[in-house]
Amino acid sequence: MQKTYYDPADLKKFGNISDWNEELGKKFFDYYGKVFEEGALSEREKSLIALAVAHTIQCPYCIDAYTGDGLQRGITKAEMMEALHVAAAIRGGASLVHGVQMMNKVNKLDM
Amino acid sequence: MVTASLHKRKSDLANSKRQLEILSNGIFQSEDLPKFADKIAETSQFPLRSKTLEVLQINVGYMCNQVCEHCHVDAGPDRQEIMTKETMLQCLEVIKKTGAHTLDLTGGAPEMNPHFRWFVDEASKIGIKDFIVRSNLTIIKANKKFADLPEFFKSHNVHVVSSMPHWTQGKTDKQRGTGVFSQSIEALKELNAVGYGMPDSNLRLDLVYNPSGAFLPANQASLEKDFKKALLEDFNIHFHNLFAITNLPISRFLDYLIASDNYEDYMYTLVEAYNPEAVKNVMCTNTLSVSWDGYLYDCDFNQMLQLPVNSKVKHISEYNEYLLKGRPIAISQHCYGCTAGAGSSCQGSVT
Repeated sequence: MQKTYYDPADLKKFGNISDWNEELGKKFFDYYGKVFEEGALSEREKSLIALAVAHTIQCPYCIDAYTGDGLQRGITKAEMMEALHVAAAIRGGASLVHGVQMMNKVNKLDM
Repeated sequence: MVTASLHKRKSDLANSKRQLEILSNGIFQSEDLPKFADKIAETSQFPLRSKTLEVLQINVGYMCNQVCEHCHVDAGPDRQEIMTKETMLQCLEVIKKTGAHTLDLTGGAPEMNPHFRWFVDEASKIGIKDFIVRSNLTIIKANKKFADLPEFFKSHNVHVVSSMPHWTQGKTDKQRGTGVFSQSIEALKELNAVGYGMPDSNLRLDLVYNPSGAFLPANQASLEKDFKKALLEDFNIHFHNLFAITNLPISRFLDYLIASDNYEDYMYTLVEAYNPEAVKNVMCTNTLSVSWDGYLYDCDFNQMLQLPVNSKVKHISEYNEYLLKGRPIAISQHCYGCTAGAGSSCQGSVT
């Protein structure tokens, strides 16, 4: 048994999930491929969104993959870090906006 | 920041034999990764053979005003290898009789060869269809004596191909040296001013992009779009096409890969991205590379690795296009750099 939960080498084996369910695996990877194709958003914009989401869900495989993908696309360090702050702002904001709920409750109960 | 060539630093990797050893040992010797010869044999493409010659690429010397971190030539101000006028005369004789449609001058900074202008003058009279000079841009700003290069190129209808690793200062200067970005921008403006790279202009100006690190270039067309948008919006600069070139694991880039502990991962990346379709169009099959001292190679990379052509004809003085055709190309594991993804050549992607 390996000593850590994550192994960078496992990222390359992502496709193996189809081995145990080919139909759903294929549908997922077809969908995945289609999502990242150029559309109303460019491939570059999608890559930055993926990087921000990767940090939000804290997926080490995704961070590895989309940092490399961003470098290949010529995405700069400044752009990458700004994308992360968007993720962090939404994440922090999601906690803080619930403060309104807290305030409503306090205001209702408090004399 | 690199300031001297591997040769000047007396690095182990200045020795091409040492580079070839590294490329054949380790992960390739242990068969963790297949050797290039075995890989192309899978699709019956071994041995790779040269076809009709289309591009004659002449390296007029390894001297350069820049010391780029990734340079496969190990070029720099300290390199003394410069093509003599005598060898240039032999090249001119070959240019007169070759069936190649493209003449491609490279270096180093080709403009630093003292006979460069004379050679361009003579070669342009022969009337080859596409006459390329690979100019690093900063040379135009390096010294007053180079300031008229845009006009010189224009008067000889030279096709200018220039390196531009990124549209932002940080990435460019990190790879090529402090100040390179702003000087390159100034040089591009001067080339635009005489008509180079302008929409509808016949004066061709193409840019070369190679990644500033241990990763592959993205799709050439989308990179070109990004470069065009950024250079136009930020600097009002125009150019025609972008060539996306993969860094090959030799010379200073190999040195960087090893020093940064990226060598094995990079070789895995190249092998995983192997594309048999790209093998069909690799440049060594339609190109011949001539070194500063007149010897013949399948490509500029093989020249730097001192892997000569597999032919009775070894030198420009004994040139014979008929005898050179169909020769088996000299290969090693660096060749994976030209077959990764969309493929890579001095003219960009090949698929």
